[in-house]
Amino acid sequence: MIPFIFRRLFTLVPLLFGITLLVFFLMSLAPGDFLTPIKQQRDISEEYIIELEKQFGLDKPLYQQYFLWLKSVLTLDFGYSWTYKVPVTELLGNRILATFLLSFTSITFAWVIAIPMGVLAAIYQNSIFDRLSASLAYAALSIPEFFLAIVAIYVAAQTGWFPIGGFTSIDYEFMSKSSRLIDIVSHLILPTIVIGIGSIASIMRIMRANFIDAIRAEFVITARAKGVQEGIIMFKHVLRNAINPLISSFGFALSALLSGSLLVEIVMNYPGLGQLIYQSLLREDQFVVLAAIMMSCTLLVIGNLIADIILAWSDPRIRFERDT
Amino acid sequence: MTEIIPKNTLLEVRNLKVHFPVLTGIFRRKNDFIRAVDDVSFKVDRGSTVGLVGESGSGKTTIGRSLVKLAPVTEGSILYENEDITQMSTKSFFPYRKKIQMIFQDPYNSLNPRLTVYQIISEPLEIHFIEWDKTRKRKRVEELLQKVGLESKHIDRYPHEFSGGQRQRIGIARALAVEPEFIICDEPVSSLDVSVQAQIINLLQDLQEELALTYLFIAHDLAVIEHISDYVLVMTKGKIVEQATAESIYQSPQNNYTKSLLAAVPHLSTK
Repeated sequence: MIPFIFRRLFTLVPLLFGITLLVFFLMSLAPGDFLTPIKQQRDISEEYIIELEKQFGLDKPLYQQYFLWLKSVLTLDFGYSWTYKVPVTELLGNRILATFLLSFTSITFAWVIAIPMGVLAAIYQNSIFDRLSASLAYAALSIPEFFLAIVAIYVAAQTGWFPIGGFTSIDYEFMSKSSRLIDIVSHLILPTIVIGIGSIASIMRIMRANFIDAIRAEFVITARAKGVQEGIIMFKHVLRNAINPLISSFGFALSALLSGSLLVEIVMNYPGLGQLIYQSLLREDQFVVLAAIMMSCTLLVIGNLIADIILAWSDPRIRFERDT
Repeated sequence: MTEIIPKNTLLEVRNLKVHFPVLTGIFRRKNDFIRAVDDVSFKVDRGSTVGLVGESGSGKTTIGRSLVKLAPVTEGSILYENEDITQMSTKSFFPYRKKIQMIFQDPYNSLNPRLTVYQIISEPLEIHFIEWDKTRKRKRVEELLQKVGLESKHIDRYPHEFSGGQRQRIGIARALAVEPEFIICDEPVSSLDVSVQAQIINLLQDLQEELALTYLFIAHDLAVIEHISDYVLVMTKGKIVEQATAESIYQSPQNNYTKSLLAAVPHLSTK
């Protein structure tokens, strides 16, 4: 198991190298760089701009720039964000925390609701509950996330029950520890629901289909012939066999949420990684983009690794090596 | 009950019918029925093996399953030791789940791939012998594995680590775990290689002798049925068309369907 994990993490190295190389040169294809805005300001002297270019290494040829960047990354220095005026590490640190929290809550929210619903829909196949949940699922899948986000903000603004956006309140710095926690949680509720609803629908449908497949398996009849109670059959025999595809999808879900909830983050003004990558791309803040992409790439690999480990734990047929 | 049933009858099936509704249209109306089992009667004597033979879809498996309430009975009655078990509730049928066990056709799909051999075989023990502690159950499972010709050190392996024949042995051990008296063998060898088939059938025969078991042996292969059965039921399209001792079925088949089944058995003949 441990060699397997190390092997997986080791594959990250060439992957990150390739991806950063690609991103670096793709970004260089776009005209201008992050200093373009100040170059256009007449009150900034040319000498100062040349000095800045020297400082950031922008005067050197492209491949040298890349290797300069690579060299500093190896010492864990991800550079300085010109647009945000802070070191990239510090900038990313906050964002990753916010994104990670949101991903965690929305995945948990989706799983906790979708799996029991899928199981019930499968057990009571073709019942009213099954049909109702199916139509709700199709409705949820058809509504785009950003629209749900707008609706959520409207509800929040009308009722005043939830904050309408952001990660913390303005007066966060002055709060006690416990009210800080409550503040963060109350800011998380709406984005969690908005992002979670779409995944609930798809997870539920996948769960239902897999569960129905597993109910028809012969070992279920075997269990009934043994005299096992129906409820135990469903959870001990059927659920464990039906959940595999969902575990593998978990790895992708994690990474998709980490970088893909961009629209929701923009609408709800949630300071996540997606929003950061988007804004930095527009401003050609290449150090931020590169670091953020490295982060989401690493998280994708780690997410899949976690999914594989859970899968191996749940399914003896794909256990990596026998320790006898 | 007015009739006198001879003492050695273990199971009697009277006019058993199992019909499945065919649902059609958007309102899912019951328009028609599939008569999977249509008015079937037979007896199984204690300690004997009754072979049930017929082509695919003739209703043999449905009969086997309806005996242990895995398929719904539409009409007729099933008597086990003179006790009518047809309409019993799940609760009052529970003791019969211990007495009647089933061995299934497909040794690949009938074992849950997530459970170890120990978990598979001990699950019925947990239900029917609640008072047993873990060491006793483990000992019993090891014993059963040896009895069916597997090694007791395989106890913590998973089904996918075994061959088809070995898996069927696990299935047999599982059925034997609760000390049943009647075992329904639902095509236990039809998905195995011929050489392995012979081993499994011999195992079943040895176990029958040792544990005084009664078998209802379902198969589509007359050669297998001839080898193991005392009495044979021939089934087609939900009905039993001929029943007689194994010998007389093979020597003087009466029904045309039986004759065609016999003719279909491959022979090594010198022209």
